[in-house]
Amino acid sequence: MTAELHTLTGAYALHALDPDEQAEFERHLAACPACAQEVRELSATAARLGSALTLVPPDGFKESVLRRIDSVRQEPPRTSAGPAAAGASRRGRTVSNWALAACLAAVAALGATTVWQHLEARDARQDARQAQQATDQVADVLAAPDARTRSARLADGASGTVVVSEERDKAVFVAASMARPPSGKVYQLWFDDDGTMRPAGLMDPGRTAQTVLMDGAVGDASGMGVTVEPAGGSRHPTSQPVALLPLPA
Amino acid sequence: MADVAKGDKDAFSSVYDAVAGSVLGVVRGVLRDRAQSEEVAQEVLVEVWGNAARYRTDRGTAINWVLTLAHRRAIDRVRSVEAAAARDHQAALLARTPEFDEVTEAVETRLEHEQLRRCLRTLTELQRQSVSLAYYRGLTYSQVGELLAVPLGTIKTRLRDGLIRLRDCLGVSA
Repeated sequence: MTAELHTLTGAYALHALDPDEQAEFERHLAACPACAQEVRELSATAARLGSALTLVPPDGFKESVLRRIDSVRQEPPRTSAGPAAAGASRRGRTVSNWALAACLAAVAALGATTVWQHLEARDARQDARQAQQATDQVADVLAAPDARTRSARLADGASGTVVVSEERDKAVFVAASMARPPSGKVYQLWFDDDGTMRPAGLMDPGRTAQTVLMDGAVGDASGMGVTVEPAGGSRHPTSQPVALLPLPA
Repeated sequence: MADVAKGDKDAFSSVYDAVAGSVLGVVRGVLRDRAQSEEVAQEVLVEVWGNAARYRTDRGTAINWVLTLAHRRAIDRVRSVEAAAARDHQAALLARTPEFDEVTEAVETRLEHEQLRRCLRTLTELQRQSVSLAYYRGLTYSQVGELLAVPLGTIKTRLRDGLIRLRDCLGVSA
């Protein structure tokens, strides 16, 4: 089985797997550092195939791109030095990138959904692009070299995992088997700034398993929580947390 | 790329000059449709501007990063179009890939890099066809298998063996 999956490194590097197989292979990568290394090498090789393929863009192409970037907000540059980096050592064990690949499988599933939306209409395509970017950002946190995780069992057999990258200053919450919130309610995420809860976005009430990029920077938060709130969310928690996790330390 | 991430448009202009032709080449190879290719290539280049902060030098060259993104986006587009417009997978496949010989030959005559051309020639015929169809035409390996009438297990190993041989010939490390 493993040997058979291992032969998918080439197809994976060429983006030639169906979404289901891709998810399965990514689960396999989590347990196979040799495969991960091979995937990196073969991906770089695939890109070399692309670099040889050159077309001259039509007139006005560059101007059009330059015009479009005027209205695009850039992701802020990463700060590689400074207080966050200096504090890195206080956080504990580093989980290898590939140990997190299982989470990426969930992300890949999300990506497939966005692809569907993509087609429905021009507006829907815009939404899909935003969803795709959110997916990319989730993947970016999960694959960050300094990503650390903390998991906890929640009520009713649910489980939650928070993944934090200090370098990216972002966190991702991965929920599994969560009960649906009562009608008209949503799960809301919070950062715990030393006892003060800071809103960090809402979860999709229609899904029991999901991977959510938490809104805002991690900053100095020491933990995160989940509460049930009225639809649309609250500025402060109005109920007891259903989950409360210290950030990985 | 670090300057691009800080909002330096002159730096972006230089990056654009270095990668735009290849981005369009990769996307056009997969999508074929000219207008759609230009649209997706522009989206990729705008994404490079927006997400330049995500590029990491320790994960390979900038052009590799950009071209991996371009390939992924082109594939996302072509597969979403297929899924929505053509449930008939075979029809979509045939519509998109007239003659694989024509495809791979057209691609190869466009290759500018002598080293790559030479390394591609070190592959077996089946390896070369499989890798070309998957990368340059954006087919899944099962589509490649169907098109070449070769069992899927064989295609999987040919894709891997072909890329490994290319990697070694090109001296790629990561």
